[in-house]
Amino acid sequence: MISIAVLGEGYLFLIGKAILLLIVIPAFSMLIGYSFLLKMMSHMQDRLGPMEAGPHGIFQLLADGLKFLQKEDLMPNGSDRFIFKAAPIVMLVSTFLLYVVIPIGPHMVLENLHTGIFYVLGVSSISVIAILMAGWASSNQYSLLGALRAGGQLIAYEIPLVLSVVGVIIESGTLSLQGIVKAQANGNLFGLPIRNQYLISQFIGFFIFLISAQAELAQTPFDMPLAETEIVAGYMTEYSGFRFLLFYLSETATAFALSAIASTLFLGGWAVPFIHGTLAQVIGPFVLLAKTMLIAFLIFWFRFSLPRFREDQLQAFAWKFLIPLGLVNILITAIFKVAL
Amino acid sequence: MSNYLHNYLGVFFVALVPVVFSALTLRLGKLLRPNNPQLQKSIPYESGSNPFSSTINKSHLIRYYLLALAFVVFDIEAVFLFPWALRVASLGVFGLIEITIFVFILSLGLIYAWRKGVLQWL
Repeated sequence: MISIAVLGEGYLFLIGKAILLLIVIPAFSMLIGYSFLLKMMSHMQDRLGPMEAGPHGIFQLLADGLKFLQKEDLMPNGSDRFIFKAAPIVMLVSTFLLYVVIPIGPHMVLENLHTGIFYVLGVSSISVIAILMAGWASSNQYSLLGALRAGGQLIAYEIPLVLSVVGVIIESGTLSLQGIVKAQANGNLFGLPIRNQYLISQFIGFFIFLISAQAELAQTPFDMPLAETEIVAGYMTEYSGFRFLLFYLSETATAFALSAIASTLFLGGWAVPFIHGTLAQVIGPFVLLAKTMLIAFLIFWFRFSLPRFREDQLQAFAWKFLIPLGLVNILITAIFKVAL
Repeated sequence: MSNYLHNYLGVFFVALVPVVFSALTLRLGKLLRPNNPQLQKSIPYESGSNPFSSTINKSHLIRYYLLALAFVVFDIEAVFLFPWALRVASLGVFGLIEITIFVFILSLGLIYAWRKGVLQWL
């Protein structure tokens, strides 16, 4: 009887943690959306951006969200209705699953899976299926074109993403994100006590990871799937109202999650060199947040500065440059690991 | 229940939350949003002209199909790289030579696809 009671509480705890994400993910999504998509873009284009809703327009996205709820739920003729409805939800599931393994403190992680980063790479590719579903079900030529472009792009850039992570795994010897953070917190470089060393020893990996993350998020140098001057809005053309909001939420939340994973892998995550114990527990989440915002800043900085690639340049860049570079990086890392 | 399964039960609940959340919000949103269906509204948007066919541009599909095949090869390569990457230090020089041969063979595949023009658009 006792074991059943404990199990019951365990279930409640698990459900509680899952529901916590419902607050965390929209909050971070709005943080990214407000600070980068609204304000940073506006200031880079020499304008103020939204100023009316709340002080400096901080409630703009909340107001937008409420407005989206009041939009009529439209579905095009000849669309596959079930798949059309399911696509944004599948996208959101992929985003939520990313947040499960990101550690924010010495003992603070939703589920410390042993497969860690491998799991992250797996669930992040679910979004390809969601995009293809959305494009296919819309019965719109633009949507289909956008979805195929997105499919081709996401699978091409998934390989460099995976290869860039392998270098970090070789150095740390673990797949668990918590383990990777600890390996960096106690790490050294060529025998010297330099902490958070992966930024230096894996700088090629970091470079590849950033570019691939940019492409996985379909941010501007790689935004052919959504290219508004060519194919309206790609796979999102037929979506409106709350379903569109789900895509939007998932895009910004995935940007935050991938930035957090990049800072965990290459910048040392929640750890600060030479700080341990309770203090690390307290400042950990804030350190991770600062590093994540730094990476997100880089992603959106490139987004607002660079023009769009052509489709052939995109594929050539992934297959002919990033993948060979990733393989070379793995071999060099392994040689150093074996030799030293 | 083992700790291992318990972990993945948490993952399952996390996957369930957005499904329930979106279903509930879409249901509740019915109270807020208008519902006024018209034939004109449900025509697929193709820059103002009426769509005249729903056929798919097949040439695009073939191009993506070849890329998808190349992707499968490299994704499986990644699956084989991960276990080795975890145990580089203990496998030592033997593992290093083995994986170099493995990556070399796959690189030949990439070079073949490159020469055949699969990676070339058009």
